[in-house]
Amino acid sequence: MSRIASIFQQLHKRDRRALIPYITAGDPEPWVTVPLMHALVTAGADILELGVPFSDPMADGPVIQRASERALKNRVRLVDVLNMVREFRAKDDKTPVVLMGYLNPIEVMGYERFAAAAAAAGVDGALTVDLPPEEAGAFTPVLRRHNLDAIFLIAPTSGEERVSRIAAAASGFIYYVSLRGVTGAAHLDVNEVEAKLKSIRRHTRLPLGVGFGINSPEMAAAMARIADAVVVGSAIVRRIEEMAGTPDRVLGEVPAFVASLRRAMDSATVSPEQVSGGRA
Amino acid sequence: MSAYDLPDKRGHFGPYGGLFVSETLMQPLAELRKAYEKLRNDPKFNAEFAEDLRLYVGRPSPLYPAKRLTDMWGGARIYLKREDLNHTGAHKVNNTIGQALLARHMGKTRVIAETGAGQHGVATATVAARFGMKCVVYMGSEDIKRQAINVYRMKLLGAEVVPVESGSKTLKDALNEAMRDWVTNVEDTFYIIGTVAGPHPYPAMVRDFQSVIGKEVRYQIQEFEGRLPDALVACVGGGSNAMGLFYPFIDDAEVALYGVEAAGEGIESGKHAATLCTGKPGVLHGNRTYLLETEDGQIIETHSISAGLDYPGVGPEHAWLKDAHRARYVSITDSEALAAFHELTRIEGIMPALESSHAIAYAKKLAPELGKDKVIVVNLSGRGDKDIHTVANLEGIKF
Repeated sequence: MSRIASIFQQLHKRDRRALIPYITAGDPEPWVTVPLMHALVTAGADILELGVPFSDPMADGPVIQRASERALKNRVRLVDVLNMVREFRAKDDKTPVVLMGYLNPIEVMGYERFAAAAAAAGVDGALTVDLPPEEAGAFTPVLRRHNLDAIFLIAPTSGEERVSRIAAAASGFIYYVSLRGVTGAAHLDVNEVEAKLKSIRRHTRLPLGVGFGINSPEMAAAMARIADAVVVGSAIVRRIEEMAGTPDRVLGEVPAFVASLRRAMDSATVSPEQVSGGRA
Repeated sequence: MSAYDLPDKRGHFGPYGGLFVSETLMQPLAELRKAYEKLRNDPKFNAEFAEDLRLYVGRPSPLYPAKRLTDMWGGARIYLKREDLNHTGAHKVNNTIGQALLARHMGKTRVIAETGAGQHGVATATVAARFGMKCVVYMGSEDIKRQAINVYRMKLLGAEVVPVESGSKTLKDALNEAMRDWVTNVEDTFYIIGTVAGPHPYPAMVRDFQSVIGKEVRYQIQEFEGRLPDALVACVGGGSNAMGLFYPFIDDAEVALYGVEAAGEGIESGKHAATLCTGKPGVLHGNRTYLLETEDGQIIETHSISAGLDYPGVGPEHAWLKDAHRARYVSITDSEALAAFHELTRIEGIMPALESSHAIAYAKKLAPELGKDKVIVVNLSGRGDKDIHTVANLEGIKF
């Protein structure tokens, strides 16, 4: 069983929802990334989403774009991101790591070379935001062959036919984009998200994660009641940006924020006696 | 040989083109595709478009025999397709009218656009004013500095010009920002892309709207020469004026097609925008095409004296025409373009845009090579008024 599938199975037994924080690799500085990944796990993250910096992150908002720009200024390349995962894996062989990014750096490396290197480094899945299933015919099978999950997005505007097509191509989990617009935008409607998740579940048994626009413990808790996983990106990256000049503070305060998300999510889903038992 | 019929249903030109966008844009693009497929063969829509091109743009634009230039260059007979005489001063308006009509049919009340040199922004602001639509134009802050007059024109036309501070602060970043706006406001907003790039159906749709250029050249050249030209020459940034000229001639193997890219300060300097001449295939802005990128797939900043050619990608159909050896892509440096700007101004009394000056400069090389019995049509895609500040600056003149 893949690391991602096994994490969801364990969480399900304990009636917990997965917390998936996103950070951009190399932001604010390359040396911060691996210690930050470990600290996020300690703070309660179940899966880590690691952004691969790209010069033209069209589907992201300004917060994540600036994170990409900081990382690129630090000359962080796709191979460096893979090395960070390898370093992380040396001390943590349980927490799944999903790479999130754009297709072009992967195209340049070559699908086969990327998948082999990612698998060897200990990556568990890849989400290429500008690669819809229609164009992924050559990529997804290569990921599969290396036991990497292909994570796909479903949007509020995706009709039934698209949802079923995406569900067929996806593995690991499916990432539901909880609002129209780019990452970090506002206006999240919980009822609308809940209705859409219900309709997606008719097409798949994969766990459903929700992301885009989740910026507070309250919102994370609301999403934990209706989804299998909660992805928080811009709210974390914004905090990293505020402390970019003092990376040591990033390592203290960003995990503290993630721990607050964890507590809010657990109190929304787990009965009191389970909470007192603590984390396994 | 069967007639050219690309792109295929999924928007592919061979390995190029396609739909490389985030899931959020798939549905809006499907709606656009549906609307365009329905209207492109609708006689009423086409009549509406043709009438606007005639009465509002002033088409057909003349095909002008540049006799003095021909004599001076001592080679092939040179004809200039005068897109500079269109309303708003460039070919861009052909496409913005087509897309604005489409937007109106789709019930959209707000249009957005990206712009580099400002020509597409002005053309979009113009049609938005005419159709009573709200208009927002995204423009890199670097380009805003280079093209102050066009920025002011857009504002006079009632458009909001949003400076884009991200990335290299030029056209590619403006495109990213416009895409973000579209994702967020897709209910009431139509994104008018200015070139033959972006996700399907934009490359084919913009080409179709611009192909009026080549269709006119086909019959206009008959009047002078009684035959088709031997070569077509057009500048290529994203490639819309070139595609508009080339497309109606693709099946005519005897007509050579030349796309002229910006070599900037010289290919070897690294400061250029010659994507097809020096780039590699990759994925950017919704399509697979040739790109200028680093070894690890980051898009690099380009350079050209003309903001309109300063783009690290290129339309996917050009990528295909290059690989299929149907068109040849060459490059012209800043200084060669500048010399051509002056030459055309002084010899024919026509001041070309610096973008179009690249095509003129290449035609000057090609004319003696082809020889006197040959015919070259150069697309004079825009007029040079917008560039006189750039030219004056280079000569140390301040206004």
